[in-house]
Amino acid sequence: MNARPDKTFYASPKLAMEAEAENFAYTLLLSPDASQPDALAVIDVRPGSPSYSQIVHTVVMPNKGDEFHHFGWNACSSALSPLSGHAFLERRFLIIPGIRSSRIYVIDTKPHPTEAAIHKIIEPEEIFRKTGYSRPHTVHCGPEGVYVSTLGGAGADGTDGPAGIFIMDCETFEVLGRWEIDRGPQQLHYDFWWNLPRDYMVSSEWALPPQFENGIVPEDLLANRYGHRLHFWDLRDRKNVQTIDLGANHQMALEVRPAHDPSREYGFVGVVVDTTNLEGSIWTWWREGGQFHIRKTATIPPEPASVDRLPPLLQGFGAVPPLVTDIDLSLDDRFLYVSCWGTGELRQYDVSDPFNPTLVGSVHIGGIDRRTAHPNGKTYAGGPQMVEISRDGKRVYWTNSLYSTWDDQFYPDGVPGAQVMARAGKEGGLELEKDYWVDFPQGYRAHQIRLEGGDCSTDSFCYPSA
Amino acid sequence: METGWSVTELWLAVVLSGAYHGINPAMGWPLAVSAGLMERRPRALALAMWQLAIGHTLAILLALLPFAILLALVTWLQVVRVSASLLVIGFGIYLLVNRRHPRVLARIRPTQLGLWSFVVATAHGAGLMLVPLFLGLCRADESDRAAQSLMAGDVGTGLLVSAVHTLSMIAAGGGFAWVVYRYVGLKAIAGSWFNLDRVWAASLVAVGSLSLIFALESGGM
Repeated sequence: MNARPDKTFYASPKLAMEAEAENFAYTLLLSPDASQPDALAVIDVRPGSPSYSQIVHTVVMPNKGDEFHHFGWNACSSALSPLSGHAFLERRFLIIPGIRSSRIYVIDTKPHPTEAAIHKIIEPEEIFRKTGYSRPHTVHCGPEGVYVSTLGGAGADGTDGPAGIFIMDCETFEVLGRWEIDRGPQQLHYDFWWNLPRDYMVSSEWALPPQFENGIVPEDLLANRYGHRLHFWDLRDRKNVQTIDLGANHQMALEVRPAHDPSREYGFVGVVVDTTNLEGSIWTWWREGGQFHIRKTATIPPEPASVDRLPPLLQGFGAVPPLVTDIDLSLDDRFLYVSCWGTGELRQYDVSDPFNPTLVGSVHIGGIDRRTAHPNGKTYAGGPQMVEISRDGKRVYWTNSLYSTWDDQFYPDGVPGAQVMARAGKEGGLELEKDYWVDFPQGYRAHQIRLEGGDCSTDSFCYPSA
Repeated sequence: METGWSVTELWLAVVLSGAYHGINPAMGWPLAVSAGLMERRPRALALAMWQLAIGHTLAILLALLPFAILLALVTWLQVVRVSASLLVIGFGIYLLVNRRHPRVLARIRPTQLGLWSFVVATAHGAGLMLVPLFLGLCRADESDRAAQSLMAGDVGTGLLVSAVHTLSMIAAGGGFAWVVYRYVGLKAIAGSWFNLDRVWAASLVAVGSLSLIFALESGGM
């Protein structure tokens, strides 16, 4: 325990934006064929440093086949609310779930990021036994500890019972048990986030494990059998208070991004694909009069392509769907970044008016058909996928892999790990940084990125910026 | 005059402990800042501070009133004083050893500030810290009154101690919250937050020990 609050805890999003820029980025590495253990790469992002945009340290796990995907910090700015009772936690441990193995690693990033090491390993059996869930995924630190969403229920294939959220103790990392008391109609799970002072949570749906673990199941997708609902929860009551169906054709509503300023009661969610026209879409949800509402506020059209440029999965369509697989919101709630993993584009929308996102920036890189190279001339396989924005909003980092088995279906030639960065203009506009390109070790793919001192998809704030 | 603190000193201690609790962020003033900013009006700040104060007062009363009633057992006065002191010392030691915060706090809604304040003050032994001061004040006004009127008097003293303590707490905490809200900005929240857990626990041990010494000296047990 510190004598003072961690200096990377910020009362408001505005204070987080004004703080010192990140020096290191943490990126998850996965071995798609499980031939090597998954790993955590520590990347130097200090401009002018001799090892700029290079991996300076790697934490290799002792097991194979974990399949790293998302991860999060043990503590964040939400600790600055007296309600948390934990003002003196440190932002120190990265909680990394393996979505295939259901194992969780706790990595200690102190005394220095380049000395990061394994602190604790939580074996799958403990999670199965204490929660009845499997395939842990999204991690957020919150009022009752560390919240971890899961993609599967019990049983070998994860279909025995619903998927949900469980809680871990924020100091000992002991798995405490299921979070939900009343889940209502919720069965599937993917992402979740919240507004802490307003005391609500929003969660999304992906699919049952057999629908994604061995690759996307085209028949299920075309039959609209993937998730297409959002669930709204009373956070302290642990109760589902409302479920909204986006319509069955809006397959896979994945990443949930509430406004960072807690006085704003709206947020966004991205829909991967509309099965009627292959569009990707952005939806804006909001709370008004105690009720939640949602509306489609932006669409991204598919791009026609010749059959010989398409993987077998898409040949019947003669087009590339944008595949909105990740979205991320800058800390000032002004710019929403949207990954179009299929078409190979990263879009920047001005969402000052959350109901009218305006496209103000775009970068093309990779893509199933376009296959745009990086400005440095290197081939970028896959498309923009996991996005992370620096706290000050000036740098946008992303990687290229979606999920091992899905990568192979959409990009059969392989998706060697890549991480790039673009600079965002003050009033919009996006430009790839020529000198930023991370080379990953042979055989590894790159997934989510976390930035030292917090970023735009980890910290929850309890005070408005005003 | 018996050993121990004078009445003025005791009242001063009641006021100072109020200020101490008030400016400690863990007792809630940042929540008043947050409320003011969320609703963009100072009234919300004042309302939140008021809720915090009510919860805090109730927590103090919960600690003091049982002793006010016990004091009526005049014959056992010494035992009451010694046990109260030991209780305060014991709780301080418990807080020193057990650094974990009760998880039940996290289950309270952000809108239930009064309840939160009550639970957080109770969990930290905020009321216990006042017990020795309260007993000192009751002793100061002992006379040959009948047990019944003595008890009424002690209950009255208990109410007065709680009120004075809370007024001081709300003035200090509310003042701090207002300055942060209106002038200094949110940086002051992290900036003014010190880990007082150990100091707090040590204060309990110190107050309890002083009270124990005074009780033993005056009582000749």
